[in-house]
Formats: sequence, C-alpha cells, structure tokens
Amino acid sequence: MEDMIFYDRMQFAFTITFHYLFPQLTMGLSLMIVYFKWKFLRTQIDKYNDAAKFWMKIFALNFAMGVVTGIPMEFQFGTNWAKFSELTGGIIGQTLAMEGMFSFFLESSFLGLFLFGEKLLGQKLHFLTGFLVFLGSWASGYLIIATHSWMQHPVGYEILENGKFVLNNFGALFSNPWLLPSFLHNQMGSLITSSFVVAGVGAFYILNNKHSEFGKLFVKTGVIFGLVSSLLVAFPTGDWAAKNVVKYQPVTFAAMEGIFETEEGGSEIILIGQPDVENKKLDNKIAVPNILSFLTYQKWDAEIKGLNEFDESVYPTNIPGLYYSYHIMVGLGTIFIGLLLLAAVQLFRKKLYKTKWILWSLMFMIPFPYIANTAGWYTAELGRQPWLVYNLLRTVDGISPTVSSGNTLFTLLGFIGLYLLLGLLFLMLAGKIIYKGPETTKLN
Amino acid sequence: MELFWYIVLMAMFTIYVILDGYDFGAGIIHLFYAKKEKDKKAIRNAIGPFWDANEVWLIAVGGVLFFAFPTLYASSFSGFYLPLIMILWLLIFRAIGLELRGQIHNKIWEAIWDKAFGIASLLLALFFGIALGNIVRGVNLGMVTDGVSAHEPHFFFLPLWNSTFSPHAEHLGIIDWFTLLLGVIGVVALAIHGANWIIFKTNSDLNQKLKQVVFNLNIVLLILVIISLFSWHIIDPKPFHNFVKYSWLWIFPIITFTGIFGLFKVKSFKKDGFGFLFSTLFLFGGLATTVSSIFPNLLPSTNNVNPSLTVYNAAAHEYGLSVGVYWFVIAAVLVAIYMVIQYRVFKGKMDDVGYGEH
Repeated sequence: MEDMIFYDRMQFAFTITFHYLFPQLTMGLSLMIVYFKWKFLRTQIDKYNDAAKFWMKIFALNFAMGVVTGIPMEFQFGTNWAKFSELTGGIIGQTLAMEGMFSFFLESSFLGLFLFGEKLLGQKLHFLTGFLVFLGSWASGYLIIATHSWMQHPVGYEILENGKFVLNNFGALFSNPWLLPSFLHNQMGSLITSSFVVAGVGAFYILNNKHSEFGKLFVKTGVIFGLVSSLLVAFPTGDWAAKNVVKYQPVTFAAMEGIFETEEGGSEIILIGQPDVENKKLDNKIAVPNILSFLTYQKWDAEIKGLNEFDESVYPTNIPGLYYSYHIMVGLGTIFIGLLLLAAVQLFRKKLYKTKWILWSLMFMIPFPYIANTAGWYTAELGRQPWLVYNLLRTVDGISPTVSSGNTLFTLLGFIGLYLLLGLLFLMLAGKIIYKGPETTKLN
Repeated sequence: MELFWYIVLMAMFTIYVILDGYDFGAGIIHLFYAKKEKDKKAIRNAIGPFWDANEVWLIAVGGVLFFAFPTLYASSFSGFYLPLIMILWLLIFRAIGLELRGQIHNKIWEAIWDKAFGIASLLLALFFGIALGNIVRGVNLGMVTDGVSAHEPHFFFLPLWNSTFSPHAEHLGIIDWFTLLLGVIGVVALAIHGANWIIFKTNSDLNQKLKQVVFNLNIVLLILVIISLFSWHIIDPKPFHNFVKYSWLWIFPIITFTGIFGLFKVKSFKKDGFGFLFSTLFLFGGLATTVSSIFPNLLPSTNNVNPSLTVYNAAAHEYGLSVGVYWFVIAAVLVAIYMVIQYRVFKGKMDDVGYGEH
C-alpha cells in the first residue's frame, strides 16, 4: 500500500512538473505575440511582424510539447487515481470536460490557421487567430485552476451515503474564493517566464552582436512585461492568494512560513532557515520580527497560529518540502523584481543595451522563473497534503485499488525515459531556432 | 438524462474514430506504401493542419466520460492501466514524429521520425481495436475467484495477456484471439480509411495505387468482419438480442455493409471524396452496431457475482448531468463553427500547404 501511494504520487508529480514547463511559456508568450502582432498592425513596421513570427516558431514547438505531455495528465486521473475519480468525477469532471470542449478545440483549430494561414487570411484575420489562440490557452488555465481550487477549497457539493461527492451548485465552482486569486497569480507567473525568455534571448543577441536590432526589441519588451508581471505576481495577486491560505488552510500557512510556535505579540517573517520537524524548531534562521503579522493582517501584533496549535494528523505531509518550495518562490520573485527594476531604470536612461552586466544577468535568468513557477505549484500541492479534497478526502483513499505498485513503477520509469528524450529534443530544437534567429522580411 | 449523455458520448467517440482514424490510417499507408519523398510529403500535407484538432476529440471524449460516467471512467482506466499508458506513449511518439521531422533536414533524422509516425499509427489502430474487443467481451468486474470478489464490485485489473489467449479464461487478458481479431479489423479498416483520405485530399501520384490497395484491403476486411460475426456468440451467447427487441437497430449493420460494398467500386468513383464517405459509413455503422449490441451495458461483467456497468449505474448524479447540458450545447455549437472554419480554409486538395516546413 505504501509503495502504491508513493509511486502513484511520484508519477503524477513527475509528469505534471514536466508538463507545466511548457504551458507556462505558451500562456505568457501567446500574449506577447499578440502584442507584437498588434504593434505591427498599428505601426506597419515589419520588425514587429518578424518578431511575432520568430516567437511563433518557439511557441509552436512548446505548444506541441505541452499537448503531448498534457494528454497523460487527463488520463492519469482514471488510471492512477481511480477511487478519487469515481468519488469526485461528477464535480471535477465538469471543469475538466469544459476545458476540453471550450479551450482545447479553440486553441487547436486556430493554431493551425495562425501558423500556416498568414497569406491566406490577411493581416487582420491573422491577428484575430493569434488572439483566439491566446484566449484558448488562458481559458484552459482558468478551468484547470477552477478544478484545482475545488480540491483546495471544496464548494457547491454534498456527500452521499456511499461517499460520492455530487454537485449541487454549478455557479459555486466559479465563484469559489480560491479561484480568482490563484488564476491571476498563476497567469502573472506565466508572464514572468515568457518575459524572461524573451528578454534573455534578446540579451543573447545583443551580447553576441548578431540580430542585435531584434535583441533590443526583445530586451525592451521582456523587461517591461516582466517588471509589470513580477510586481503584480507579488501584489495584489500573491498577497491575496496567501490570505486565502491563512483563512482556509491555517496549518498549511504555518508550515510554509516555518512557524512552529505561536508567537505572543506578533510573528516574525523567516527569510532563511532549515526546518527541523523532528525537534519542532528552525535551524540557522534569519528572521525579521513582526513583519509576517503585518503582511497577513496589517497589524504588527496580530497572532499567527503556529504548528503547535494543530493536531499532527492534519500536518502537511512534507513540511520541509513545503517550506522550501514557498521560500524559493518568494526569494526568486524578490530577485526578479530587483533585477527588472534596475533594468527598467537603465532602459529609461537609454543605457540598458550597453549595461553588460544586466544583459548577462538577464540571459542567465532564463531558467529561474521556471523554477519559481514550479516551486509555487509545489507550495500549493504539498500544502494541500495529506488531502486530495481538502479536509474531506485523504490522498491515501484516492488511488486506484487494483493497480499494483510494480505496474506503476514500470510506467513511471517509462515516462522518465520518454520525457528525458522529449526534453533533450526540445532543448536541441529550441536552441537551433534561437541560434538561427529571426528572419527579416519586407511586407511594406 | 443518462441516455442523453450516453448518446453524446458515443457520438463524440465515433467522431473521434472517424477523424483521428484517417490520421492513423494515413500513418499506416505512409509506413507501407510511401517510398518516395514526394509521396510522404503528400501524406503529411493531407493531415497536417487537422491531426492536432482531431486528437483533441480524444481529450474531449475522455473529459465527457469522466464527467458523465465517473464510475466507468475510474473502473476502465485503472483496469486497462497498461494498454492505456502505452497508448499515451504511442500518441507522444506519433505526434513528435509529425512535428519534429521538418525541423532538421537530414536523411537519418527524417527516417527516424517517419518510422516513429508510421509504427505508432499502426500500433494505435491495433490497440484501439483491441480496446473495443475488451469492452464487448467484458471483464471480470470485482476480480472474482470462486464466487468471491477481491475488490469493490466495479474495479478490476487486466494484464496484457494470459497464457491461454482465450476470451473464456477465468482470469482474462487484454489480448486474446477475439480482441486481437478486432484489433486487426481496426488496422485494416483504418488503413482503408486513411488511404481514402489521401485520395480525397491530394493529387498525389500514389492515388492510383492506393485505389487498388483499398480494393484489396476491403476484401480482407469483409472476410474478417464475417469471421468476427460468426465468432461473436462465443463471447456473448445472445449477440443479437437487442436487434430482436428494437428492430430499427438493423439500420446500423445495413450502413456498415453499405460502406464495405460501396468501397468495392473504389476504382470507378467519379469524385475522389466518395471512398472516404463509404469508409466513414463503415466506421460509423460498425461502431454503432457493436455498442448497441451490448446496450444498456457499458462494460459487461463476465462473472455472476457483480453486475455489469450500465448507462444507469455508472452515471453521475442528476443535477450535474442536467446543468452540464447548458454548457455542452454552447460548446458544441462553437466546436462546429471552428470545424467549419478550419475545413473551409483548408478545403480541396492540400498539395501546396507545405506542412512542417517551418
């Protein structure tokens, strides 16, 4: 039984982590491509259209990876989490089926037109197909996060005698207080990834002294989109999402902030430290007094419940993992804001393209928003454990009863091998597209 | 309400088989008959702008199954664990075969992805046929041994095969001679369907040869279908009881055979699309005949202890199913609009689309 749960969780965690490397870029990048295309329609300067076309190539490759790694996600609810699917399918099946019907058809139908139809459709319709692809990808994110939100904070349901969850209020799935903050927070995170990719590739072009005209456009666009989204990801969306955790999952909040004991007169905010769960303390900590209370309740002496106030049976299963995920996300987010502020100042002073160290930093930053987004999702998911449906259905009670651990390990190994190959192919091909660079065309 | 969602689900599944079926079939033709680069290119162009959207139907079918019949979804996806995961791997190989081939111009690179696309298409057609065979044959629900269930009555697990390859063994396997027969029918039927699509959508030099291929494969298909009909009573003692009860159901087998016999005239069709039309009729009729022969069962039980999963006992609760109708109707209209746009923009012959040449 222990092994079954372990391999089921590992397989889901591995496949979802790998999958989400791709949509986080496509969601943000689709908006930026629509921006380039819009800019071209307004100014009729070819550079913008060429930029849109260049990023469409990266987008198409990412999209294909996202699709092929996404289908296993939907299947795994049934293959590995059959009991969970049986009990809650009447509810989360709604939002997942809606995702398929509303967003995947929209994306896939218009992506073909967007990629191959520029000549056929003319510029205005081509812009429109791009916009619809963007809309489809964001709608997909919305419906997935609606599903996620129901698992974090179940609403609009009743539980029958046989343990099945049935829906009794469809509207509640979408007015769930968990949904909007999480969705906006996630979309801003996705924009940060695409901004750093665009800016980082631009910095590479400037430093490499090849395609440097495009390099400047990419750096400028990436820095501006990146600064706005990294500010918004912290405030108000991140703040808002954290307040939901305080309100609905206080034990998770205590664990992710590393608060073992309730502190009289207000809680400190922990910047650095290693949780020692066995002895219920934090090693090597660096903390600032009272800040956490202020950030949470806008009162310096507000009480934040520590882990000591809760029964161990409801503790998040992996407290150190949760704590590190959260701190990595917040730490990286702070670094992003700092770097992008400096870059924006230099941009404003028209010195950015000559400030080498910022360009180098932007280039090396490309992997970090991926890490921050992944850490953010680990915070949400580890924070929900030991529950599948918060406070109602435990993870151990959701797995497929008849699939043995040996079979799951077999498929897990298969996924690891296959995704390793996919990852290598992706890096090779994306590298090739980036190295070749944008092509200049004359339309006007 | 259950019946409405049953019809929706079956309709969507049939659309999926017809649409992605021509993709798989094109892949099978590509594997065996496309020797020259020109022919391969014609085949890629014929499915290029469509295959991705066609595959979305699989995700949509999965989504609707999950939402409307969660018990069936949970039971069958965990019970058919290994083949389903393998289908996922094959879908991945097939998709990257199509998408990555054009990224590097090198003979070895192209040969690798051509084979990946072709072999994955062939195996997918085989697996989907076998899956259909498993559903009509039924499974040991609850994993009963000597009259005692080892699990809850709707759960089961099947290994890929058992030593006897018999659809009668107490402990069944996914592959036995009956399901394998349906798998082969799947491969042959989809190869015909794919060839018809290529004839319909391209002016390729291959087309004359493909008409002969369709004709020959059609003979094989007819023989296999007749064998399957004569062996059907082995897995179901009363295979035609629904057809006795509801005589209008005979329309489905009639459509199936119209499709097969129509295809024997493939060489004299005036329009290139006729072949595709007839293979579509065959697929539609064949699927409808098969699922209506087991209705109202969705997954029959092969033991006497646990009941079969039916349209009624595997469905979600009433409120969810009713409220789902509203969004589903809106979504279905939108999907129809997208499809009309897509197939109008890429109407006619596709030889000049230049798919995969980014």
